[in-house]
This record gives sequence, C-alpha cells and structure tokens, in this order.
Amino acid sequence: MLKIRNLESGYGKIRVLKRISMHVDPGEIVTIIGANGAGKTTLLATIAGLVKATSGEMIFRGQELAATAAERIPALGCVMVPEGRQVFATLTVEENLILGGHVLQQREGSRAVSENLEHQYQLFPILRDRKQQLAGTLSGGEQQMLAMARALMSKPSLVMMDEPSTGLAPLIVREIFQVIVRLRDEGNTVLLVEQNAKAALGIADRGYVLETGKIILQGPAEDLLANNDVQRAYLGREKIEGEE
Amino acid sequence: MTTELFIQYCFAGLTYGSIYAIVAIGFNIIYNTTGIINFAQGEFVMLGGMISISLLPFMPMPLAIASAVVLTMVIGALIEIVFIRWLKDPSVLRMIIITIGISILTREAASHVWGENIRALPYFIGNEITAISILGARISPQVLVVIGVCGLMVATLGVFFKTTSVGRQMRACSANRTAAVLCGINTRNMVTFSFILSAGIGALAGCIMSPITYSQYDIGTGLAIKGFTVAIIGGLGNAGSAVIAGLLLGLIEAFSVSVVPLAFQDAIAIAILLIILFVRPHGLFGSSEAAGLKEF
Repeated sequence: MLKIRNLESGYGKIRVLKRISMHVDPGEIVTIIGANGAGKTTLLATIAGLVKATSGEMIFRGQELAATAAERIPALGCVMVPEGRQVFATLTVEENLILGGHVLQQREGSRAVSENLEHQYQLFPILRDRKQQLAGTLSGGEQQMLAMARALMSKPSLVMMDEPSTGLAPLIVREIFQVIVRLRDEGNTVLLVEQNAKAALGIADRGYVLETGKIILQGPAEDLLANNDVQRAYLGREKIEGEE
Repeated sequence: MTTELFIQYCFAGLTYGSIYAIVAIGFNIIYNTTGIINFAQGEFVMLGGMISISLLPFMPMPLAIASAVVLTMVIGALIEIVFIRWLKDPSVLRMIIITIGISILTREAASHVWGENIRALPYFIGNEITAISILGARISPQVLVVIGVCGLMVATLGVFFKTTSVGRQMRACSANRTAAVLCGINTRNMVTFSFILSAGIGALAGCIMSPITYSQYDIGTGLAIKGFTVAIIGGLGNAGSAVIAGLLLGLIEAFSVSVVPLAFQDAIAIAILLIILFVRPHGLFGSSEAAGLKEF
C-alpha cells in the first residue's frame, strides 16, 4: 500500500531523515517507535506532505506522494492524525467531523458524509453526546478521539497517527489503543508513531525502530518486543538478564 | 438635548457605525484566514463607490452597483493572487507591509483615473431633501437604506459561515491551518475567497454610503483606521462583536459633536483605539479565553 525507498527530508539545511526505507501492507498496524527527536514525527509529516522530501520516493497506491501537494494527499486515501490533536477548537464537534469528510464529500457526495458521520458516532459514542460543543472545550482524551474520527471521516485506506497517547491518562490511552485495534479489525490500515513503545508493539503487527533519523531495526512486533536492545532502550527493562 | 436632536444623532451614529462595522468585518474575514490585517480594506470601499459612479451613465443604478461590487471582487482576487498567493511561508509582518503598499498603490491609481473630484451616487429614494419623520426627527431614507443593507450583509455572512461548505472551510482555516490541510482543504483558495468576500462587502458598503458621505479617491485611509479601531474594540477575528463595536463608535462620534468641535471626531476614534490597545488588547467583547483557543 505504502512503499518508501531511500527517503530523506528535513527542515532547511538540517537533514532529519536519512535513507529511510519501509513499507506498509493493507490491513496491518505498523508502528514506528523511537526516542524523542529520532525523526518519527518528521517521517509522518513528510508522508503527509507537510514537510517536503529532499530525495527518495514514497509510492502510495501507485502515486508518488513527494510530487503531491499536502492538501491533495487526503483525497488519495492517506490521512494523518496530527500530534497534539489539532482539532478545530472554535468549531463544534460535528463541524469538525464534517470537515474531516471534505474529501469524501467531493468523491461520493453529502449522503456518504452523513452515513459515515453516523458510523463515527457509533465508534465514538462520546462524540455524539458532545456534538454541539466547541471542540476546544473537550478533554484531552475526547479531543484525541475527535481527531481520529475526523481523519476516519474521509474513509481513508491508510490512517497515520502521531503519538496518540501523548498527555493522556493511562486508562484513556488503553481505550484509544483498543479503538486502533478495532479499526484494524474492520479492515483499516494504520501507521502508528509512538513513544510508548510497549503499548504500540503490543497491538502492532510489525514495527520499525527509528534512531537519529535512521531505521536501525525492523520486524514483527513480537520479535521487537523480545529484542534485548529494544527492551533496554525503549521498554525500560535494564536488569532482565537471567529472567525467563 | 431635545428628543428630535437625540434621535437625529442616533441615526447619524448608526449610519456611520454600520459602515465601520462592515469595514471591520472585512478586516476580520481576512484576518481569520491569514492572520494579517489587510490595510487595503478601505480601498475596497472607495473602489466600490467610484466604480459604480463611473458606470452609472451607462446603466441603471442597481446594475451599476452590482457590476461595481463584482469588479471590486475581481480586483480583490487579483490582489491576493498577484501579491500574496505565491509567497512561500510569508511572515505576518511581510504580508501586512504588502497590504499597506497595495493600499497606497490603489489610492494613487484611483487619483489618476478619477482625479481629486468629490463625487457621489444619487440618492436611491428621493433626493437630498427627502426625509421621513421619525418621532419628530427628520431622517433621510438613504440612512435607512444604509442601516438596512448593512444589517442584511451581516445576517447573510452569518448564515454563509454557519451553513455553507465554503464558509465552514474558511472557519476551519482560521481555527487551525495545518489541520485544515490535513483534511484536504485547499487553504490557499480559502485565502483568495476571503479577499474576494472582503472586497465584495466593502464595495457594496462603498456604494450605499456614497450618496451621504460622498466618494473620493482617498476616503479609504480614514475608513480603514475607523474599521481597524472597531475590529480591535470588538476583538480581532470576532465578526459578531465588530457589529456592536461599530455601532458604538458611530454613536460616540455622533454624540461627541454636541460636546467637542467636529474637528476632534477622528481623534476620538484614535484615542479609543489607543486606550483599548493598552488596557484590553483582546477587545471589549472578546474573552481572553476565546483568544487563547485561536492559533493567531
């Protein structure tokens, strides 16, 4: 579905991503884990077109994303849930969702938007209760759900999520991750960037480990979970030698 | 002060106030999508009046006004496309200076095209001395036209932003531009739309006020200052309170005539602007909390 080869990008003269190659297949959850500043967010922002790639290729369903303007990428079926929610704070919850359905509206008409709106309310019942409220007045967890629902309103084939667990209480994080699993079970494809490596690898099918802009490890999620380097660096288990 | 005089002042205040409100709403629309103050806003008002006056010999007045509004909208779009659209990540300061330049350019071009003569559209109903008696005060029907049309514009804009898809997209742009891009909204087009819309309402205001206030190539600057004051009093980006603030400034100016000499009228607006900027920079009606929810 998404194939990235030798991707490089950055801000101005600063090169953040160095020769990244990776792929995402339909129907799987792929996670990218790594420390702060490893380039995870830059990678997603580059795929979404917010940051311009300096070299390499990103083929999404046969289309070269690097040559596509950021606002045209959602119409191809690739949407991003940005870090820190970024809801339209001064608009109501329902307006946020309708705006998320903007590309669906252009592709399939208003009927499809209202049907999908109903579907999102079923997936996130809390949003139905709050639909006339201004999005900025929601709690952090509710805003995260709104941001996810807004992205799903476009019926994307690939959803990219940037740090959905940031700043949320553990219980809410669990709920969000359950929703991500449900999305996969419904046939969606998810590319998940997380600092919370344990939770992310717990639900993912495959994972990539990013360090200072390079992919240093990749494989099935359970292999990465069991990997000693990953455990030491990202799962906070220093003294596990001798266990098991 | 007699009742008649009081009502006379009220209507004078409301007339100017609704014009200020429309200019302020023009500021707000562009501010909301771009984060900049378009100092050429007053020029849109001037262009509306001047173009309609020039077209009047060739067509009936409603058509002349409609054509003037459409032409000004085209000019608004061209200004955005030529001077702003192609800029890559322009800073707010750079864009503001560009709009000041556009304002000077438009004014000078207008003085070449139309000269320095003061012109005016004829009164829509009756003439200079036609008057309706309201509680003893004699009010020109044109005053009621100005107040009515401005009210109608405000209501239409409200419906436009609340219910139409383009209106919603423009609000999304102003709430969070990155998120709007991620929703697949073409934010550059929204900026162009906001210039077109501001130009249109400015031009219409310029036409309907022309019989009372007259039109000249340089009326834009004064209106821009008044409109800016009103936008600041109401809280930048807040169209609803711009209406209240506009009417308030209009009334204050009208009643001030009975206390201080007429020459001080403009000084009052500037004084209010300075006080508000010092004491409540988020405006009289804008809450600092709502301002906190905004990106700009």
